[in-house]
Amino acid sequence: MATDPHIVKSFDEALGILHGQVSRMGVLAEHQLGRAIQALADRNDELASQVVQADVDIDDLEAAANDQVVRVLALRAPVADDLRNVLTSLKIASALERIGDYAANIAKRSIVLSSMPLVPTVRPLQRLGKLVHGLLAEALTAYEEKDADKALDVWKRDKEVDEQYSGLFRELLTYMMEDSRNITPCSHLLFIAKNIERIGDHTTNICEMAYFLTTGHPVEGARPKNDTSTTLNRD
Amino acid sequence: MSGQESAAETAKPKLIAKDVNVYYGAKHALKHVDLNMNSGEVTALIGPSGCGKSTFLRCLNRMNDTIEGCRVEGSITLDGEDIVSGVDPVLLRARIGMVFQRPNPFPKSIYDNVAFGPRIHGLMEKKEELDEIVISSLKRAGLYEEVKDRMETIGTGLSGGQQQRLCIARAIAVNPEVILMDEPCSALDPIATATVEELIDELRESYTIVIVTHSMQQAARLSQRTAFFHLGEVIETGLTEQIFTNPREKLTQGYITGRFG
Repeated sequence: MATDPHIVKSFDEALGILHGQVSRMGVLAEHQLGRAIQALADRNDELASQVVQADVDIDDLEAAANDQVVRVLALRAPVADDLRNVLTSLKIASALERIGDYAANIAKRSIVLSSMPLVPTVRPLQRLGKLVHGLLAEALTAYEEKDADKALDVWKRDKEVDEQYSGLFRELLTYMMEDSRNITPCSHLLFIAKNIERIGDHTTNICEMAYFLTTGHPVEGARPKNDTSTTLNRD
Repeated sequence: MSGQESAAETAKPKLIAKDVNVYYGAKHALKHVDLNMNSGEVTALIGPSGCGKSTFLRCLNRMNDTIEGCRVEGSITLDGEDIVSGVDPVLLRARIGMVFQRPNPFPKSIYDNVAFGPRIHGLMEKKEELDEIVISSLKRAGLYEEVKDRMETIGTGLSGGQQQRLCIARAIAVNPEVILMDEPCSALDPIATATVEELIDELRESYTIVIVTHSMQQAARLSQRTAFFHLGEVIETGLTEQIFTNPREKLTQGYITGRFG
């Protein structure tokens, strides 16, 4: 794709501002998710509170990125790769904002969980969190480096997230059936697992945008999925 | 998008240019141009100044004949009939009308401007028939309501946008099959431009329209197909939607996004 500068320098500046906002959001979202999982694993309420409070920074950046998109569309009427650049920025900013929300929700629940007895499922949950955290980091790298192959690779690997999530779902049901006192903490853990799984889905959206930005085509074919929890019967 | 693609499949080439070369003396101004222009479509020719798009447009109605030292080679057919050398340019220009950059009505009445072509081509026998052609042409050009009470006033006294629509009425009065437009809106304000663009879109169904424009947005808004010219060559042709969302060639992308050095 063309990477030469535009004749009108201020156009490049406007695109640079937008890219900076989305990149910053990516760094923050990734950081928030990492810290939320850490707070959960360590039962660290102080860290969890920091995560909850910091979510507003991502929200503010998203609002600023939205404004910048409107400005660029109205003033520059971008086409071709410039248009894809602006549209994918908008959609990735939206995905990152949601990821930030999920991370904050994980942190909130971890504060509640730390006041309850430890449930063994925290370890596999942490593993799921690390997997998704890693995929998010790679998706953002694929976007930054305009690497369509890498984006596609990460996109396909969401299958692993689904597999781990389905396993966790069964495991948590088992604990709840074993002892009804586990129901409250396990319900929180189930929501956390779902939040992480949703972050995985938003990560695949980022991959799709990175792929579209680079190639000009949408990713073809259905994404491999392995979430069996939606059809799971209690027996 | 699927609508556009199916339109592309059913589109019939009206004008076909094959391996067209134009020389101004020793200067090779157009190089091996191949381009199909379909009926029912607007084909936009874009590219930087001096890229050959106007030269190509002028080949389509033999306007280059009048330029000394200009030589046109290759084949251009209108419904299969060669028009590079075979036909009488005067008769050809009745079939292929042209609208220019600056509105250029004759210093005559509005009525006489539109009646001019039908008169010299002897298209009617009675005054009533001529009246009918003039009125229907002005109506098709979206100008009739604005001028119906002053048909005998001078055409050059109209506003710029009205003058351009008068020129379009004059072009369609001889019932052409193709209309060539060389930057028809570049001298018009945005409102007059919108009116002319709306008119072109309405006329598209009945004619083959080829338009040269420097406005990327106008090409994007108005045409179904776009050809990008650069240094006398056609770099890329395609559906306008494809050219403006995902051009195949780096040069095209550089030009339409404003990165061209």
